[in-house]
Amino acid sequence: MKIAVCVSHVPDTASKINISGDGKTIDQAGITYVVNPYDEFAIEEALKTKEKIGGETVAISLGSDANKETLRKALAMGIDNAVLLKDDSYRDSLSVANALAEEIKTQGSEIVFFGKQSVDFDNSVVGQLTAEILGFNCVSVVTSFILDGNKIICEREIEGGKEVVETSIPAVITAQKGLNDPRYASLKGIMAAKKKEIVDKLPISSPNYVEVIALKKPAPKQAGKILGTDSSAVPELVRLLREEAKVI
Amino acid sequence: MATKILVFIEQRKGQIKKSSFEAAKAAAGLSSQLSGVVEAVTIGNEINDLASVGKYGIVKATLLKNPELNDYSPSAYTDLVVKFINDNGFEIIIFANSALGKDLAPRVSARIEAGLAMDCIALNIVDNKIIATRPIYAGKALLDVCINSQKKVFTLRPNVFNPGVLLDNIAEVLIENVDSINLKIKLIDMKKAEGKLDVAEADIIVSGGRGMKGPEHFHFVEELAELLGGATGASRAVVDAGWRSHGEQVGQTGKTVSPNLYIALGISGAIQHLAGMRSSKYIVAINKDKDAPIFQISDYGIAGDIFEIVPKLIEEVKKIKS
Repeated sequence: MKIAVCVSHVPDTASKINISGDGKTIDQAGITYVVNPYDEFAIEEALKTKEKIGGETVAISLGSDANKETLRKALAMGIDNAVLLKDDSYRDSLSVANALAEEIKTQGSEIVFFGKQSVDFDNSVVGQLTAEILGFNCVSVVTSFILDGNKIICEREIEGGKEVVETSIPAVITAQKGLNDPRYASLKGIMAAKKKEIVDKLPISSPNYVEVIALKKPAPKQAGKILGTDSSAVPELVRLLREEAKVI
Repeated sequence: MATKILVFIEQRKGQIKKSSFEAAKAAAGLSSQLSGVVEAVTIGNEINDLASVGKYGIVKATLLKNPELNDYSPSAYTDLVVKFINDNGFEIIIFANSALGKDLAPRVSARIEAGLAMDCIALNIVDNKIIATRPIYAGKALLDVCINSQKKVFTLRPNVFNPGVLLDNIAEVLIENVDSINLKIKLIDMKKAEGKLDVAEADIIVSGGRGMKGPEHFHFVEELAELLGGATGASRAVVDAGWRSHGEQVGQTGKTVSPNLYIALGISGAIQHLAGMRSSKYIVAINKDKDAPIFQISDYGIAGDIFEIVPKLIEEVKKIKS
């Protein structure tokens, strides 16, 4: 079976985010980029699926040449092939999904894994959008995935519990933390990945419906009062929570 | 023609969710600013008091009804909502950014060719256009966007849009029975974390970090959360250490939360944790290190020994609750 995994290249979650001079994008100074953390679970599940049923895996990423670093990591973990849909310009989620869907069609993939969201724009929609464009089934925020023939059984996280959901291939699965423990790339994997070709392609064009107006920093939160250093401060804390904040 | 606005009302076990009432009120507010008309739609079987959306400014609410629709099926719900939008010519569709809203809104948006803005914390009208503000990088930055497609989809972060004063109205309720249902994606079982409130929808969260010194001490966190009617949360460090389940994790790779009160016990405040909870209305930190970053964003703090302070806090809260 052909298995795809879509990956994005995002600022490390330890990064401080500042706004650049254009007022619409982030300042790149001091930002290190990493594989989107949720995509690591997606890559691992793609590898596990191949190990179970055989087939071929491909990692797809849309963005600039810098995304090759993330694709290289996917290859080092064991993904067979990698495609960069090269586009340096801004695309909204639907436009990204249109481009990914087109490439997934070209690849002939029947199961596609995504991370449940990218930790940059935090929309958590590209998996569902891509599935709709392709006419695939889709289960999001998945913490357990079982493929049995054409049948898929997943657990997905909701408020205060998990839904157990049944569907079938072709399908898009978006990975939540807890789905698996992503493997480390082996030295052999890293060496092999260096020799593999990352295919450059131009993504299909697609309109942007969501226009960025401005990017701002949230209003700084003022540090409040340190009420004390031991339990003698507790009555005052409780009083403030009741009378000033009125939250308990 | 007046802009037609639709708000999706979510039910679980027949009860309308609080975040849907907030979305209803926001949709009604948008409608009056745009001189539009607003309606609500819900999917399920028996819904308790659907007419109550009238209190939030909704005049007409439709239930798409079938016993098999009680549980969420992405395929069935998407088909039905899309048909309802197309049959009635809605242009602006609003969901709560709940687990269900997050899953359903993009599916609907792809089908109706609508731009979408997720997890909005403000919708403002500027020059007759809707400017949506949404936190990105887990709240380290705020992005203002404008949707230029004819149809537009917004999801609203729970606990942010205050319903304010309730109206003394009830909505007209219409029931449409649905007979053909697309169950290509079907719920077959539900695993409840028994009696547990989720951090994403709690008004009060008590979170524990490394300073709790081990999973065996989290009973303090749980007891305080229970006394306050809140949910228990955790930092990434303790989730990664296996002390707590990842469903409780607050932060950039966990959940982004905006409760009325966030109590951080033994959490120093890594940047990715602060990003996930800084929009809480009131933050209390108890941590032995007075220089911990968490105190930079806390309203009230006690810089001391958790194991001495928290039992006293539990005792004091018990007093006021009794």
